[in-house]
Amino acid sequence: MLLEIENLKASVEGKEILKGINLSIPAGEVHAIMGPNGSGKSTLSSIIAGKDGYEISGSIRFDGVEIMDWEPEIRSRAGIFLAFQYPVELPGVGLSSFLRACVNESRKHRGEPELDASAFLALMREKAALVELSQELIRRPVNQGFSGGEKKRNEIFQMAMLDPKMAILDETDSGLDIDALRIVAEGVNKLRHAQRSMLVITHYQRLLEYIIPDRVHVLIDGAIVMSGDRNLALTLEEKGYDWIRAGQEVSS
Amino acid sequence: MAQSEQELLEQLSERDYPHGFESNIEQEIIPKGLTEDTIRFISQRKNEPDWLLQWRLKAYKHWLGLKEPNWQKLTYPAIDYQDISYFAAPKAAPVLNSLDELDPEIKSTYDRLGIPLEEQMMLAGVAVDAVLDSVSVVTTFKEKLAEKGVLFCSISEAVHLYPELVRAYLGTVVPFTDNFFSALNSAVFTDGSFVFIPPGVRCPMELSTYFRINARGTGQFERTLIVASEDSYVSYLEGCTAPKRDENQLHAAVVELVALDRGEIKYSTVQNWYPGDKDGKGGIYNFVTKRGLCKGTSSKISWTQVETGSAITWKYPSVVLQGDDSRGEFYSVAMTTHLQQADTGTKMFHIGKNTQSRIVSKGISAGRSQNSYRGLVKIRKSAHKARNYSQCDSLLMGNRCGAHTFPYFEIHQPSAIVEHEATTSKIAEDILFYCTQRGLSRESAIAMIVNGYAREVLDHLPMEFAVEARKLLAISLEGSVG
Ligand SMILES: Nc1ncnc2c1ncn2[C@@H]1O[C@H](COP(=O)(O)OP(=O)(O)OP(=O)(O)O)[C@@H](O)[C@H]1O
Ligand SMILES: [Mg+2]
Repeated sequence: MLLEIENLKASVEGKEILKGINLSIPAGEVHAIMGPNGSGKSTLSSIIAGKDGYEISGSIRFDGVEIMDWEPEIRSRAGIFLAFQYPVELPGVGLSSFLRACVNESRKHRGEPELDASAFLALMREKAALVELSQELIRRPVNQGFSGGEKKRNEIFQMAMLDPKMAILDETDSGLDIDALRIVAEGVNKLRHAQRSMLVITHYQRLLEYIIPDRVHVLIDGAIVMSGDRNLALTLEEKGYDWIRAGQEVSS
Repeated sequence: MAQSEQELLEQLSERDYPHGFESNIEQEIIPKGLTEDTIRFISQRKNEPDWLLQWRLKAYKHWLGLKEPNWQKLTYPAIDYQDISYFAAPKAAPVLNSLDELDPEIKSTYDRLGIPLEEQMMLAGVAVDAVLDSVSVVTTFKEKLAEKGVLFCSISEAVHLYPELVRAYLGTVVPFTDNFFSALNSAVFTDGSFVFIPPGVRCPMELSTYFRINARGTGQFERTLIVASEDSYVSYLEGCTAPKRDENQLHAAVVELVALDRGEIKYSTVQNWYPGDKDGKGGIYNFVTKRGLCKGTSSKISWTQVETGSAITWKYPSVVLQGDDSRGEFYSVAMTTHLQQADTGTKMFHIGKNTQSRIVSKGISAGRSQNSYRGLVKIRKSAHKARNYSQCDSLLMGNRCGAHTFPYFEIHQPSAIVEHEATTSKIAEDILFYCTQRGLSRESAIAMIVNGYAREVLDHLPMEFAVEARKLLAISLEGSVG
């Protein structure tokens, strides 16, 4: 198992947001999470990535190691990547120098030598082509003045640059136009391989037509209430979440 | 591509104040205290003409009647002006013709500061004047500059070599009557740089001075004078360091710039005087008067400063826009950490028609420091269609520091257009999380964000200086952010 989450609970200021999540993702698999607004999807992603500010209990193991105490940068260097639902802007911080620092941090962590300027530039060119991110955007400060869709594309570009073992894509599809969705999804597919797992959060079955998931989980009100294969996404698209909620009430 | 901030950080991460070493150079230091005799001694020691001695003495008498200014937002114990030595000089012959003659210990001092004079000469093509304590120890590239008619030497030499030029301009932009510290400086100034660019000459290289306070118990009172004649251009860089000491040392400099018709002066400073330790012990008291006079039409003076050092900074590089169509600029990054205090900003005096000024100030406060921007834009009645744009941003780190903005505007000409913008921000947690999620440590994320914040100003520095300034901002923040 690459990622194993057991009975993960999280609350903020006494309000419980995650209510005992259990989720295991084997290496190489793509899992999708769907769920209504406010159900806790982004909170779950942030906590896997190590964000501070929650009271947490339970366990998160990555590659068999408990990582609950790890700082976000250590998790990142170990291979956890989060494509943010709302990427922030870093005024004045050039995208290429930012990424170069980030890439070299994870290389150092893996005991690899730092990339020199020309190797880094070549890598950037290659990965930018993957999601068709323009050179003009690469020269700008990180996300500064980027459109919503450009920011999302930039997240996948960064993922490609950092070459993680586990990528969490939090609503990467929202904000992308029809062509961009296809381009980004194809980019993501090219990044799929037997060693890399992904957790794809989305509201729309459309994305899952491109990025075909091995498993689909439904997160409602801080708990995974149903899991299934890719057909579950189709059912959700058709019926919404009420039938699951109704089913829960019946069963409880 | 420039070296990434991160790499720089790593190289420097173990250092605290890397320039805090002390050199064992044989010094001549006069006893502490300030009387007329002290001034006579300095003047005699420098073999000065009588007019200069008389000028110093007048300044001294004027100073005796002045009180230290107290309007600034700074608190520090009273300075005992009798407890300072006003002259310290390396014992070896101070004026040299080539680097070979330089005391090896002095040379190694500058090497350790990262200012290998020879290398600078060869690679960067930067002409360097190095001022150690009170005297200029070496000026490089003199001949090459002389070919173009550029005069670049220490002010002490200039007094002898170009007395008529010095006499014509000294004290014309910052008269000794200007303020307490300019009066003190005029009485006791020991060295500094002199630059004269003849008409029509674009100075072929960056000129630069490194100031270093080494001797204990001394003050540094340097005086710099730069004149850009008609249609000339010069870019001048100033860097400063001092050893780490638990005493406070006074630095009271005066810099005067004069730009004639269409002359342009770009003056850049990276000020890294020892700021004191984290409990506020030691550090330089930096009281500096810098002013440029845009005397000619369409002349231009631009100040760029990166201020990270000093326990106390009191500094308002100003421009007097006298010539029609002249232009003044001020780009500043002032960073304070621990218990540092900075009260800095600029003054723009618009006198000529169509004069323009631009102010970009970026304050960064961390620890328990206090950082104030103080700026005055004054538009005289004669300054038809004058324009000013000011932008003052403050970045706060943590909640024990302070940022203050004091913008003053005095506008006596209705056709003038003045714009002012100010922002105060903190580094938001979600921004830090974004960076750490990508693998950066919190500390390097902060350094990167701060450099990004200061970028607009750093971009105005010459390349090599910008790299140095980025490093400085990163190191200065170390250990001062949670
Ligand atoms: N720091 C916080 N303080 C208070 N409430 C929070 C905080 N973070 C999240 N919440 C609340 O937790 C719930 C889950 O939020 P989260 O962002 O995880 O939802 P989501 O499933 O990603 O929703 P969406 O589909 O709209 O992106 C919401 O009700 C949200 O308001
Ligand atoms: Mg969300």
